[in-house]
Amino acid sequence: MTALPLATLLVLGAGAFWLGRRRALRLVQAGPGRLHSRPVYHGHFVAIGGAGPGLVGLGLCWALAAPAPLAALASGGLACLGAGLALRRVAPGFRARPAVEGVARAVFAACSGIAILVTFGIVLSLVFETLRFFDRVPVSEFLFGLTWSPQTAIRADQVGSSGSFGAVPVFAGTLLITAIAMIVAVPIGLLSAIYLSEYAGNRARALFKPALEILAGIPTVVYGFFAALTVGPEVRRLGEALGLDVASESALAAGLVMGVMIIPFVSSLSDDVINAVPQSLREGSLGLGATPSETIRRVVLPAALPGVVGAVLLALSRAIGETMIVVMAAGLAANLTANPFEAVTTVTVQIVTLLVGDQEFDSAKTLAAFALGLVLFAMTLVLNVIALRVVRRYREQYD
Amino acid sequence: MTELRNPEAEATRGRLRRRYRAERRFRAYGAAAIGVALLALAGLLTSVVLGALPAFWQHEVRLPVHFDRALLDPDGRGAAALPDANYAAVLKQALRERFPEYAGRSEQRQLSALLSMQAPFDVRERLLAEPAKLGRSEELRLLLSDEADLFLKSQDGEGAGAGLSEVQQSVLEAWLAEGRIELVFAWRFLRSGDSREPELAGVWGAVVGSFLTLAITLALSFPVGAAAALYLEEFAAKGRLTDWIEININNLAAVPSIVFGLLGLALFLNLFGLPRSAPLVGGMVLALMTLPTVIIAGRAAIRSVPPSIREAALGVGASPLQVALQHVLPLALPGLLTGTILGMARALGETAPLLMIGMVAFIVDVPRSVSDPATVLPVQIFLWADAPERAFMAKTSAAILVLLGFLVSMNLLAILLRNRFERRW
Repeated sequence: MTALPLATLLVLGAGAFWLGRRRALRLVQAGPGRLHSRPVYHGHFVAIGGAGPGLVGLGLCWALAAPAPLAALASGGLACLGAGLALRRVAPGFRARPAVEGVARAVFAACSGIAILVTFGIVLSLVFETLRFFDRVPVSEFLFGLTWSPQTAIRADQVGSSGSFGAVPVFAGTLLITAIAMIVAVPIGLLSAIYLSEYAGNRARALFKPALEILAGIPTVVYGFFAALTVGPEVRRLGEALGLDVASESALAAGLVMGVMIIPFVSSLSDDVINAVPQSLREGSLGLGATPSETIRRVVLPAALPGVVGAVLLALSRAIGETMIVVMAAGLAANLTANPFEAVTTVTVQIVTLLVGDQEFDSAKTLAAFALGLVLFAMTLVLNVIALRVVRRYREQYD
Repeated sequence: MTELRNPEAEATRGRLRRRYRAERRFRAYGAAAIGVALLALAGLLTSVVLGALPAFWQHEVRLPVHFDRALLDPDGRGAAALPDANYAAVLKQALRERFPEYAGRSEQRQLSALLSMQAPFDVRERLLAEPAKLGRSEELRLLLSDEADLFLKSQDGEGAGAGLSEVQQSVLEAWLAEGRIELVFAWRFLRSGDSREPELAGVWGAVVGSFLTLAITLALSFPVGAAAALYLEEFAAKGRLTDWIEININNLAAVPSIVFGLLGLALFLNLFGLPRSAPLVGGMVLALMTLPTVIIAGRAAIRSVPPSIREAALGVGASPLQVALQHVLPLALPGLLTGTILGMARALGETAPLLMIGMVAFIVDVPRSVSDPATVLPVQIFLWADAPERAFMAKTSAAILVLLGFLVSMNLLAILLRNRFERRW
């Protein structure tokens, strides 16, 4: 679609570079004067002179939805014009290098600005769609309503399409699964980190630390498969053996597997902060006669606490935003319950189910997904900012 | 002297014993925590590997087939009739000849159902390759259907053949007794695209889709990430703006991936009108997602280049941009590449944002360009995990194995690069 105009511009740019460099070389060979900039920079200058207007032209054509050959012709023409003007400025005294470097720096700066643009893009697109959602559904119903059943009626007499958007059960389900995951991940992750940094020898550390990090590298869809087809049925069977009524898509199965996934987030960050605690603190405590475990509990952990809290907050934000495990292993029905053996649904599951498949973009159903997305983004943003701040402040303390 | 007991020393010794016990207990907790985590990892991997192995082998039956002129070419048109002749009838006849005892209509249908849907096409292919075979007989290897395959694979286990009728089971047992059933490596799984029939479904379409998507991600995130890292480390004045950028980058690295999917849906699909399900859009979304990772790794790599290099280059008259591009960047490149590969590995395993931009369609064809509808490996795993046919379970595990294979090789590449080229100053 845009391949032809882009290829045209690429060829023209290469040609412009070659022309500019040749002209500069000729000038320095013919005349007595010295070039201010090396010929390469004159080449770059002419190429930029061509590519800049060409790209602007291409953008215009694209915005006006012009057909590809026309776009190629128009942007190519602009590129030739620009390159021609740039070529005329090639002269021995012309400061081509600063000009080229200025453009390059501007491009670099623009690249680093993309991070801000992406954040703004996320916020704007979420807020915009969410506002449209709140046109249809009042904010108070969304935030405080107790029934979530997003099937809007297509026909007026349809059965089972109440279309109520009270998101409390969804939030509650997210919290339940996240809580189970944290109950698994925080003790295991923290104790592993303590063992690795305080007790394990070099060889054990070199073996176990990467092994734990493998857990972080496994794609979440694999965890989801594991949760849905191995852990879920096991939990159900175990529950039935104990005489409990366990749903096949219980919150417990999804939470357990999510907890395993999050272990490395807790352990590797905690490991870092525990290692950053100065050795002198440990030696002082050991020298007073404390056992290693007393040293860890009374001295090392309090000193590392802010960092550990940061690690836990980051892991928490990871758990709230985790999608595939819950999509595959948790339920769709929004039950308001604190029973881990029942099926609950989460924010991410609802976003996926609302948006996957055929969709029309002005129904409250699809817009609800963006409202949920905004809530998700806001929650994780707050957690991330607090966590990053805590971790950063702590690190500065002992550097 | 030793008989004289000091009660205070006794109490101290008791306390000490308790403290040492607590020490041992604490240490055991730590070891147990690591044990649990590793056990979970081992359980996950073994369940995937054991589940995956059956998918790499398929059962075929050697069946004598008569390329009957009366069936294939009733009008006597010769080779011209072959492309659209009725090959299913030829197979039906072959089955009838072998098992004349099952003559009823429903029994015959059950017999035909033992063979894969693909079998008539294989026969056609065979005859089109050698049209001279028309009117003669040949023993052909034909793929069995997924249910027959499952039945044969679980021969030794319990609960076999739940989906097969008694007629079908006795036919398979007869073939087994004659030694006509063979277990062959399922090349089809690695070479073909998705299919509704489990015995025909393969991962190649998803592998190509993943490759195209990652190519777009790499093409966008590496240059932009490198430029941003260079700017932030080498040029930008430390101030409010760069602080802002840094906070944004760190935060974006921790934003849930599904939010990037929502951005892609709202921006690329709804606003710009780019095609759904295309690797182009998937690559763009994943590029936004991996960009923070690349920038953070790039900045660390650039920061580790010692200032003496920069000062030396500046001292002999290089401009700041020349220093950055010709001296700092080449030295930081290994670290930058390592970070990029790790970011790519994360992008390869990512599913949620791609669900948002519609890469969940059922796509049979192997994509040829970045704007063709495609699916990627993790999404294929997600789709197969949801499929009702039992045979797809092994396929899912096998696809996971393929995905893990790619991830392991990418990570090994990154480690290799780091060990080989990264310099400590």
